[in-house]
Amino acid sequence: MTGNRFVTQALGEYTLAGLANCSAEIVKTARPVNLNLFSIKWPVTALVSIAHRISGVLLFLAMPLLLYLFELSLSSEAGFRRAGAMLASPMPRLVGWLLAVALLYHLIAGCRHLLMDMGFGETWRGGKAGARTVIAISVLGAILAGILLW
Amino acid sequence: MVTNATSLGRSGLFDWLVQRFSALVLLAWIAWVGTGVIAAAEFGYPQWRALFAAAPMQIFSLIAMLSLCAHAWVGVWTVTTDYLNEAHLGKAGTAVRLLTQTACLLLTLSCLIWGARIFWGNG
Repeated sequence: MTGNRFVTQALGEYTLAGLANCSAEIVKTARPVNLNLFSIKWPVTALVSIAHRISGVLLFLAMPLLLYLFELSLSSEAGFRRAGAMLASPMPRLVGWLLAVALLYHLIAGCRHLLMDMGFGETWRGGKAGARTVIAISVLGAILAGILLW
Repeated sequence: MVTNATSLGRSGLFDWLVQRFSALVLLAWIAWVGTGVIAAAEFGYPQWRALFAAAPMQIFSLIAMLSLCAHAWVGVWTVTTDYLNEAHLGKAGTAVRLLTQTACLLLTLSCLIWGARIFWGNG
């Protein structure tokens, strides 16, 4: 719902004015088939949406790493200690924090999706409020995860 | 009706439902594991191993692995079909998308089988 509105708004602001000068025939053939995402405004709902995708792809790529850690930590007492010790050095700890934040964000933004499927926050205002809530909770969670890790 | 050959269930509504159902399974699994870690009075290797050793948990973990892979595939499919296409990449779009999707599918299936080995073989 908000996605459609986003596209309509973007079209309204940046292309329809220009198209108004064209003849109907040109409009038919030279219709914009692709929006340049870097030239249009990003409402908070669009930011939350793209971040949901980026965090999802990041977690997807991290699956082998996470499985490796599960395998190592469950293999033996020594493996469990080694997995724990990995988080002690700065770079792996940063990666761990990033993945924890990605997972947390993906979970919270996903819960917003489920709530919207049930009809909550589907309006433009509700969508924006929900998106801001997702960001607020995620920032708090990221800080908390940082405190726990460092 | 046109159906896409690479989507999970060849139906948008089916994929939509799979995405929601698997999300709930994963949420429940993460909550269960998280609670197990936090609630343990003393947390170490014995507690960590015991958490995954019980038969019901092995089944739960396997369902979570299946959910993770279905969830990942629907998500990766959505993202790749949105960005890796002829509108963005020109004529090479379809080839790039299919190659990327093949790599992602191989990674997903490998993780599914690896995950099954880790969580199932831990009796």
